[in-house]
Amino acid sequence: MTKNINLTLKVWRQKNSSAAGNFERLEAKDISTDMSFLEMLDIINEKLTLEGKEPIAFDHDCREGICGQCGSVINGRPHGPEKGTTLCQLHMRHFADGDELVIEPFRARAFKVVKDLAVDRSPLDQLIQAGGYISANTGAAPDANALPISKETAEMAFDAAACIGCGACIAACPNASAMLFIGAKVSHLNLLPQGKSEADKRTLGMVRKMDTLGFGNCTNERECEAECPKEISITNIARLNRGFIKASLFSSEK
Amino acid sequence: MKLDAKIPGGPIAEKWDRHRFELKLVNPANKRKFNIIVVGTGLAGGSAAASLAELGYYVKSFCIQDTPRRAHSIAAQGGINAAKNYANDGDSIWRLFYDTVKGGDFRAREANVYRLAQISNNIIDQCVAQGVPFARDYGGLLANRSFGGAQVSRTFYARGQTGQQLLLGAYSALNRQIAEGRVEMFPRREMLDLVIVDGKARGIVARNLITGESERHVADAVVLCTGGYGNVYFLSTNAMACNVTATHRAYKRGAYFGNPCFTQIHPTCIPVHGDTQSKLTLMSESLRNDGRVWVPKQKGDTRAPSQIPEDERDYYLERKYPSFGNLVPRDVASRNAKDQCDAGKGVGETGLAVYLDFADAIKRDGQDVIEQKYGNLFQMYEKITAQNPYETPMMIYPAVHYTMGGLWVDYNLMSTIDGLFVLGEANFSDHGANRLGASALMQGLADGYFVLPYTIGGYLTGTDLQPVSTSHAAFEASEQLITAQVDKLLSIQGKRTVDDFHRTLGLIMWDYCGMSRNDEGLNKARQKIQELRGEFWENVLVPGQGSDFNQSLERAGRVADFLEFAELMIIDALERRESCGGHFNEAFQTQENEALRDDDNCSYVSAWEYQGIDAEPVLHKEPLEFENVKLAQRSYK
Repeated sequence: MTKNINLTLKVWRQKNSSAAGNFERLEAKDISTDMSFLEMLDIINEKLTLEGKEPIAFDHDCREGICGQCGSVINGRPHGPEKGTTLCQLHMRHFADGDELVIEPFRARAFKVVKDLAVDRSPLDQLIQAGGYISANTGAAPDANALPISKETAEMAFDAAACIGCGACIAACPNASAMLFIGAKVSHLNLLPQGKSEADKRTLGMVRKMDTLGFGNCTNERECEAECPKEISITNIARLNRGFIKASLFSSEK
Repeated sequence: MKLDAKIPGGPIAEKWDRHRFELKLVNPANKRKFNIIVVGTGLAGGSAAASLAELGYYVKSFCIQDTPRRAHSIAAQGGINAAKNYANDGDSIWRLFYDTVKGGDFRAREANVYRLAQISNNIIDQCVAQGVPFARDYGGLLANRSFGGAQVSRTFYARGQTGQQLLLGAYSALNRQIAEGRVEMFPRREMLDLVIVDGKARGIVARNLITGESERHVADAVVLCTGGYGNVYFLSTNAMACNVTATHRAYKRGAYFGNPCFTQIHPTCIPVHGDTQSKLTLMSESLRNDGRVWVPKQKGDTRAPSQIPEDERDYYLERKYPSFGNLVPRDVASRNAKDQCDAGKGVGETGLAVYLDFADAIKRDGQDVIEQKYGNLFQMYEKITAQNPYETPMMIYPAVHYTMGGLWVDYNLMSTIDGLFVLGEANFSDHGANRLGASALMQGLADGYFVLPYTIGGYLTGTDLQPVSTSHAAFEASEQLITAQVDKLLSIQGKRTVDDFHRTLGLIMWDYCGMSRNDEGLNKARQKIQELRGEFWENVLVPGQGSDFNQSLERAGRVADFLEFAELMIIDALERRESCGGHFNEAFQTQENEALRDDDNCSYVSAWEYQGIDAEPVLHKEPLEFENVKLAQRSYK
């Protein structure tokens, strides 16, 4: 049932990447529980604008949980308290009247704050550039059914490929590691027969790139898996580690 | 200027081959000397930028999101069509071509559609090679399903996330080229003007969305892959940042706009819940394969769906269209839902919804089979509505989803401005007056992977392109125009927010230029839009500064363009004296309330030429000739 609630927000405000930031206290009044979290922020922003203040900058786009552009930390949890849910799909019915919400950007050494809740996640693109692809020029492909792939393999690859690149795993990790992100991409491509010929190069390239970009390493805290809105499993990290050891020892790739 | 679609001669099945042979080639050593700008990184833009770079061109790629992996192609759920005939059920290139022309209500260009059907097979091959994890059968071969008004199983899919997986394929190909230094990527940039030198598109001016700076970029050709304009309605299934700015500003620079009134209202979306709603969510049309659409037979029946016995339910699509049933095309399904709700049979709190019921499918196939097919969609529905569709029917209502109109392009995908190419949803070319399900992904990737890489070469070799620098007067003029607009928007300091104006515009468009239109309403809407536009430039309140990450300012620029563009949609809707596909004028309907085309007088593409903000645009018509498909009243009975 629809009802309205009042909340107190403590929102991170930061003018740009080099400015110091601080929390601002804001009241969210008369919020319908049918609203999404971002619609609640829209309402706050409309109010701030009419009061002659600057609205809260936050990233968002599809609002369907698939583009990966939204994401903030709500009371210490990336994308908020609901399991397997992006911030845009989090609805206010999961909060109670009178709740206090602390809203912060995704924090990691590799992610700079752009403004308020918006961060620069371009290091994730750099990780993909280090090997997160299959080299198949347009036009060179054989018939799609020339290479049967077992349903089981295709499904496993899909589970890994469902990553939306939001960065919540990195924000959740005490070491700000990107192991779940690259583990998912390496698993997706290395599991498939099309991706095997570049498997070692991909694994080594992505892991090494991660180290140079300022991401930390994995110490099995499992926070990434717990907070991933697409529930990507940490077995992908195990698979990545196995592949990395094998490639480091036996591969001619440098 | 006379419109020349440059359709190659010869039988339809040979046109593309012949054209590819006749197109002049660029010497491989010379390709790297050409700079090409690609704006947008959805399926069309991502695939085009990657493919051009693979060929050796130097590419600059731009997107408004923080990374090229987020464009709204990613949200496409259902699938992508191809004429592989893997299902052995009688599909062929010819049938896909025929279905697409017919589904578009005979307002698409035959030659383009045939080429699309031909290329569809290459797309699937390419995507599989990239590692797109399409659904497979137990034998390891690719699975297909029937989708959106097709009677054959030709749709390839990746659970309910086909768009995501295809886009990540194009994004990975793009990243490979970025890593190789052949594509320079510019994220968080918004194209604000097209720069024309000596009558040719030679660059763009873009705003760096983080610093607010204007940036000038020179090129030998500009490719727009900037999507559709559904957000003119404020509420739509489009992503929040989808906009008309790039194509509208190209229109203002002389590119003709094709069929702007052709908008698709998708039948299966989650109904509106209240005034604070920011966007609408699509529930994939694939659900109609197993879900049955119904309303109570009795008006104003407020009983819970489980309390309404079978014989008091009206499965109106199955009743009216026995051969297609729940799978009628989108325009037909949407209008029928509206008719039921207008007749007082709508369900839910607002009365603006119909049921989509899976009880029979679950009984027949078991819940695990339904979960396998639609699990993520059911989960998304439950997240938004807090109702479990395994137990109670979904409620759905039509919502703005896709725009068939777009910049006019010839067979080479070049607009009326030399050197300006337009791909994907941003052009008008392949879907006529109504797009069939699973055809948008096909078109975006066809244009980007397999059409533009050939046709752009023909343009570049055959054109005298003198060196141009960013200090050219045309760049200077564009930048001044942009700066003046930004300064103006920030200086008004009125009383209404940007979203407030946008919402008002959206309601006008939905009420008068939505699923059902009439001349009186359209004329009224035109006046209201003019008034709203006037008020916007006197009373809008844009906070913050221009030299900053300012999301209100970004939206203000987009809404300013929507306020101009909406009027063009109205003008086009008024001009077309028939109903077809996504354009339904109440004055033109059959006795059974179906769209009534006028093939003798209205078999044309309308292509509008800009004359000034308050001046009437000039209409140019491209006559459509149907030599291979017999024109007929669409019947899905």
